[in-house]
Amino acid sequence: MSYRRPIASNWWMAKTNYKLFMFRELTAVFVWLYLIFYLCQLSQLGKDPGTYTTFLSHRASFPWILFHIVALVAAIYHSVTWFNLTPKVIVVRQGEEKIPDGLIAGPHYAGWLGLSLAIIFIVLWS
Amino acid sequence: MTKSYKEAFWWSLFSAGGMIAAMLVPVQIFLTGIAEPMGFVSLDHMRALVSNPLTKLYLLALLSLPFFHCAHRIRHVLYDVGFRGMQTPVAVVCYGAALLCMLYAVVTIVSL
Amino acid sequence: MAERTITLEVFRYRPDKDKEPTFQSFTVPFREDWVVLDALNYLKDQTDGSISFRWSCRMGVCGSCGMMVNGTPRLSCAAFLREYYPGPVRVEPLANFPVERDLIVNLDDFMKKLKAVKPWIIRKEEKPVSEGEYRQSPAELANFKQFSMCINCMLCYAACPVYGLQPDFVGPAALALAHRYNLDSRDEGQELRKEVVFSHESVWECTFVGECSVVCPKDVDPAGAIQQEKVAGALDLVKSVLMPWGSR
Repeated sequence: MSYRRPIASNWWMAKTNYKLFMFRELTAVFVWLYLIFYLCQLSQLGKDPGTYTTFLSHRASFPWILFHIVALVAAIYHSVTWFNLTPKVIVVRQGEEKIPDGLIAGPHYAGWLGLSLAIIFIVLWS
Repeated sequence: MTKSYKEAFWWSLFSAGGMIAAMLVPVQIFLTGIAEPMGFVSLDHMRALVSNPLTKLYLLALLSLPFFHCAHRIRHVLYDVGFRGMQTPVAVVCYGAALLCMLYAVVTIVSL
Repeated sequence: MAERTITLEVFRYRPDKDKEPTFQSFTVPFREDWVVLDALNYLKDQTDGSISFRWSCRMGVCGSCGMMVNGTPRLSCAAFLREYYPGPVRVEPLANFPVERDLIVNLDDFMKKLKAVKPWIIRKEEKPVSEGEYRQSPAELANFKQFSMCINCMLCYAACPVYGLQPDFVGPAALALAHRYNLDSRDEGQELRKEVVFSHESVWECTFVGECSVVCPKDVDPAGAIQQEKVAGALDLVKSVLMPWGSR
């Protein structure tokens, strides 16, 4: 009679790698929350300037800024883990050799930096 | 066992949404969640930006596929922490919520 | 000079005698060059002949001796006692598989799944011997070689939480081997394998935890293989939408 060992529902707490995996997956919660909150902010933008300014001053309060800082950390963790995994998904060969992982992840990071700088420029300075 | 085109579809949305989120969400959080409330962005400039059709396209991309990326991840996390017995209801709730968020986004962006 | 020793806490389960498994503590001599397998063989020789465990080549190529060492799936022939000194070293059967006896697990589930992915060259028409051998360039070999290094040791299944939570998940090794054959230039069986590889219990169950590739003793990278198959699955979906008539 073979013995089955059940898996604990807190299985992910047993190993660092599993915990990191769970944090990576939970970044999705913060991203989703940010997108919803931003959507609310966008919908206020269409209203009169006074309403929007009041709304923004609300968003400048400590709990909101704290949320956005935490969400920013979570979003960056998502981006970094995502780009670092691209070499596993995209395999390019030159003859017998696989091109180095850096040549797959690198362009993604470069694109991320370039897009971010361009958007910052457009919003803050143009 | 048969091929599941449904799962291939959800994974494709997850994958595309994940790339968009990875590229755009960090800078967005910084600009709209921190810089804007703290007064570093002029209101007139913001309004001019969002009335531009190109910006609307950008916002549509940002506020559509990433919802499905998050929904897919959250669906699987829920399975991993014990909701595996409720496969279909969990999937319906997750993707349904993403769809609702996307529809709200389309309505909001179009009326800007 | 007193000989150094190390304690092993060994999972014991004798189905004819025990209702529940127990742990039994043993002291073995500590040698710099000993692996956990050496310690187990010492115990079986000198202390308790009833300890049951699988092993064969003792050099990391047969895949027989997989077990949990301090909670991590290892080949017992590759886990040196010195990595764990002063111990104790907890030795348990491979996780996520039913235990037959002591450190021996039932691998029927994997065998079934391995067969299901058809891990052999499939040709639409078999080439007769008179036509000669299949020719393959070094580059064509390089495409799939990494995934052919799998020794079926099952450490990846023990590391995979999805397999632990969902036993009908086809799993890392089987999918890596399906990918190995899909990438082989001699193979024409991709369509046939798709029914299994792109099924609900297959690549789509994987959430890319990646621990399977971390524990793999042969650097097969089953996680990478599965992600590459997911991309293939997505392309298959696009193809079926844009070109529903063809499937060859």
